[in-house]
Amino acid sequence: MSDSMQTLEQHTKSDYKYGFTSNIETDKLPKGLSEDVVRAISAKKNEPEWLTEWRLKAYRQFLEMTEPKWPNVDYPPVDLQDIIYYAAPKKKKKLDSLDEVDPELLDTFNKLGIPLDEQKMLAGVAVDAVIDSVSVKTTYKEKLAELGIIFCSFSEAVQEHPELIKKYIGSVVPANDNYFAALNSAVFSDGSFVYLPKGVKCPMELSTYFRINERDTGQFERTLIVAEEGSQVSYLEGCTAPMRDENQLHAAVVELVAMDDATIKYSTVQNWYPGDKDGKGGIYNFVTKRGLCKGVNSKITWTQVETGSAVTWKYPSCVLLGDNSVGEFYSVAVTNNRQQADTGTKMTHLGKNTRSTIISKGISAGYSHNSYRGLVKIGKKAENAHNFSVCDSLLMGDKCGAHTFPYLEVQNNTAKVEHEATTSKIGEDQLFYLMQRGLSEENAVNTIVNGFAKEVFNELPMEFAVEAQKLLAISLEGSVG
Amino acid sequence: MLTVKDLKVAVEDKTILNGINLEVKPGEVHAIMGPNGSGKSTFANVIAGREDYEVESGSVIYKGEDLLEMEVDERALAGIFMAFQYPVEIPGVSTSNFLKSIVNANREARGLEELNAMQMLKYIREKIELVGMDEKFLRRSLNEGFSGGEKKRSEMLQMALLEPSLAILDETDSGLDIDALRIVSEAVNKLRTQDRSFIIVTHYQRLLNYIEPDFVHVLYNGRIVKSGDKSLALELEDKGYDWIKEEVDAVAV
Repeated sequence: MSDSMQTLEQHTKSDYKYGFTSNIETDKLPKGLSEDVVRAISAKKNEPEWLTEWRLKAYRQFLEMTEPKWPNVDYPPVDLQDIIYYAAPKKKKKLDSLDEVDPELLDTFNKLGIPLDEQKMLAGVAVDAVIDSVSVKTTYKEKLAELGIIFCSFSEAVQEHPELIKKYIGSVVPANDNYFAALNSAVFSDGSFVYLPKGVKCPMELSTYFRINERDTGQFERTLIVAEEGSQVSYLEGCTAPMRDENQLHAAVVELVAMDDATIKYSTVQNWYPGDKDGKGGIYNFVTKRGLCKGVNSKITWTQVETGSAVTWKYPSCVLLGDNSVGEFYSVAVTNNRQQADTGTKMTHLGKNTRSTIISKGISAGYSHNSYRGLVKIGKKAENAHNFSVCDSLLMGDKCGAHTFPYLEVQNNTAKVEHEATTSKIGEDQLFYLMQRGLSEENAVNTIVNGFAKEVFNELPMEFAVEAQKLLAISLEGSVG
Repeated sequence: MLTVKDLKVAVEDKTILNGINLEVKPGEVHAIMGPNGSGKSTFANVIAGREDYEVESGSVIYKGEDLLEMEVDERALAGIFMAFQYPVEIPGVSTSNFLKSIVNANREARGLEELNAMQMLKYIREKIELVGMDEKFLRRSLNEGFSGGEKKRSEMLQMALLEPSLAILDETDSGLDIDALRIVSEAVNKLRTQDRSFIIVTHYQRLLNYIEPDFVHVLYNGRIVKSGDKSLALELEDKGYDWIKEEVDAVAV
């Protein structure tokens, strides 16, 4: 092995920097999964009868399903009876201001670097923070309410806007869509809900931070965003989890609905605990995310920066139903040590003149495996549909793997589909060049990686692009002396 | 500034440099010439710290320090700059951001304050003028799609920005037309000071029409076989390398 290869290896052996546990009192159900647990969750949340039934139906369908084996990942089976399905920070009463929030909880946010205070408002960010299963505090809700925008926890939406939830829940990702979506539909505990009325452009970035804190809790949150005609919203979710030896399951569902001329931009910075250098511990991130471009000229953009999780299984997708609708997927997926990621997108073109763009950048280091899996489907009626896909892989070292699985189904011969793929190795020439100018090894690696991922970072909201770059640096950083 | 003693270097077990001795004092310009495969570029790369080379024996002392013990970036921050023969493309990295970060990294190493955005722009513009570049290139990705001439000028710009103590030009004249050659050599001449030294590695004499060296060394088979002043370069221009090869080979036999 050459010296530079060793350098690269050192770079990629770093420790997780968000590993700490907060001693927040929690209210939780015992371990295990059953109809009773599903009912208990629904009861704890004071849900209407129809939702309890919806959950139970999902649960019964789930029992008939089996765990998918097609992803290019390998992990021991998850014992669903060994998971706690509901854990909520105990609270004495409903919180009206930040002063009432548990100081330790605020401290947790500070450690994560989430400013939940007024500063963030100046930055134009409204935060809905979710710890374990319950949304703790939604800021700036009132301000948004003036514009008729609803931004609240999913549980709250169930209580206050049941008609919207009833109308849209499961409308994009049916409860029986897949194994993990069905599990989520049965036991989801909280999440976020966003509603934009007709013609309203959301004046600030909406943001949710997810964090798995309680031991052995699976996190099953659900996010629903509905953008009525002509409305626009940009939403960001950030995820971290403390260090745990046991693997923890995260099976979320995200549904987006965009009506005529509506635009939804959904950005994710995911930094769940990836496990240690030997692959012990870490989050299993099995997530179903799908957006429906229901109206004409609607647009949904998924941007994701994935640096964490032991195993990732995730394909944020767009169903382009409305004529002239646009779907976009921009992704940077970083895997290091023993991490495995099978991620990509599905673009289903149903309407006329629909367009989709896929830009996927995979970075593999250590002994990790990084797969891009993408499906572009052009339906019979999708006249003049156009897809453009690029998937580039960057390898760091010689023990990792990059894989590309592009699928294409075209049923309309007016379609135009373009696909480009490259695989490159981080060059010793590039490292030498940058270091000869005085950049440290770490800096040189980061410069190259950030350049590689630039097209995706450009799609992130400004303040999060900076955060994403830092995250990338942390994930690939090593013990360079 | 730089003292090289009996330097022997191998690449994949093949000895390329076979006992180089060289003394470069502050403010001197040394030209290292030689036929293809004589070890010129290897020498430049070893001084800059490239890892593919194995130093078998000998020593290199730079400003009193053992250069061979220093990492590539440490050498750079200590004032050694290498202008590359083929600068590598780094996609997605904006040239202006790159220049800012290397300027500030080098300033920090010298105990100077980082330049703010305004000061930086002013500083970069000043140097861009010096090397005769178009400001538009700042917005492009580093070296990506640059023509040969643009790459060389970009190297000269970086040299001007970093103000090194010792600059090594590795065949900077290769592939340049006369105009570009003039611009490159003007940049070097403008940067010549009493303290700054240059090692100019070149196959051809023509660059030395524009940059007047204090010393000319001829490298052949991994050794400096002849040293002289600029007249040696002219002699090579007239007679080619064959007479040197013959002289050396005759002695070897």
